[in-house]
Amino acid sequence: MLYSVLGKTLGFVGFTIQYGCLAHCAFEYIGEFVMCSGPSMEPTITNHDVVFSERVSRHLYRIEKGDIVIAKSPFNPRMNICKRVVGLEGDKVCTSRPSDSFKTHTFVPRGHVWLEGDNLHNSSDSRSYGPIPYALIRGRVCLKLWPPHSFGALSQSPNDGRITPSE
Amino acid sequence: MAQKTGLGRRYIRAFVSGFFVAVPVTVTVLDRLAYVARVDGASMQPSLNPEGASAPDVVLLNRWSVRNYQVQRGDIVSVVSPKNPKQKIIKRVIALEGDFIKTLGYKNRYVRVPDGHLWIEGDHHGHSFDSNTFGPVSLGLLHGRASHIIWPPNRWQKIKPSVPPDRRPLLSWGGSTEDEDDDDDDDE
Repeated sequence: MLYSVLGKTLGFVGFTIQYGCLAHCAFEYIGEFVMCSGPSMEPTITNHDVVFSERVSRHLYRIEKGDIVIAKSPFNPRMNICKRVVGLEGDKVCTSRPSDSFKTHTFVPRGHVWLEGDNLHNSSDSRSYGPIPYALIRGRVCLKLWPPHSFGALSQSPNDGRITPSE
Repeated sequence: MAQKTGLGRRYIRAFVSGFFVAVPVTVTVLDRLAYVARVDGASMQPSLNPEGASAPDVVLLNRWSVRNYQVQRGDIVSVVSPKNPKQKIIKRVIALEGDFIKTLGYKNRYVRVPDGHLWIEGDHHGHSFDSNTFGPVSLGLLHGRASHIIWPPNRWQKIKPSVPPDRRPLLSWGGSTEDEDDDDDDDE
């Protein structure tokens, strides 16, 4: 009697550990569901949209310019930010706001990326805190799941001219 | 013959199910609980690698204790290099967020470590690629805290946090009791 209860408990604990580990691996290496909040990525992603972020391209270092990524905020690692990659290491990026008359440029240092929100007027991004290390990127947003009428792939950047095409 | 294929199938099934248990469990333990890494280079001499490359130390990195990004001054931590995301570096935490620190060869002589950042330095000044080169690092790059030296066996020991006496922060916020008068503008 005691042995059977013990065996069942052990089996249950084992299954819990096994499925917990499987879930960890899936979320860590395949992808996860993220709910975005905040206005910084409008109109591509609006408040309370649910997106799927895949982790594969981040682990294989295949993040490209124009991708939307989920990254850890450099000033608060418990908070995530959702932005568009505008420059990779070595790229020349424009640091000024679109309304500024003087255009200022800078180069993205090694191992860093330059992130900008699509809503250039209401977004705190690399233009205010500078380039962020590549390792803070958690995943690439590849699919929008909610709301249902906008299900599917994400649109291109609405701001022309921010992303300089690579040769 | 039929018995033999049945036996082989049973072996394959046992192998596959064992594989599906062992690999996720191992990956999760390495990601969440503890990680073992060999220390390369001379940047942490004399705490780590005192004999140079002839006998590299192997350290146990505790990943569970940094899950909430909580470290102390003096801890030896591994972080992902901000200059190369494929590389991890192991350094000592000198200052936490909000501390004022006198730098050794950084572009500014005195630095206030920004929120969510760490100031890390190797113990071997001048032979270390650390915050004096690339500035404060974000807490999100934290990978683990070195808790034990596990190899070579005669150096088996627990690593205690210790700040070099000449590298204490000039002005430190002792704990969370201090009110920082920063203008927080997080508009995410």
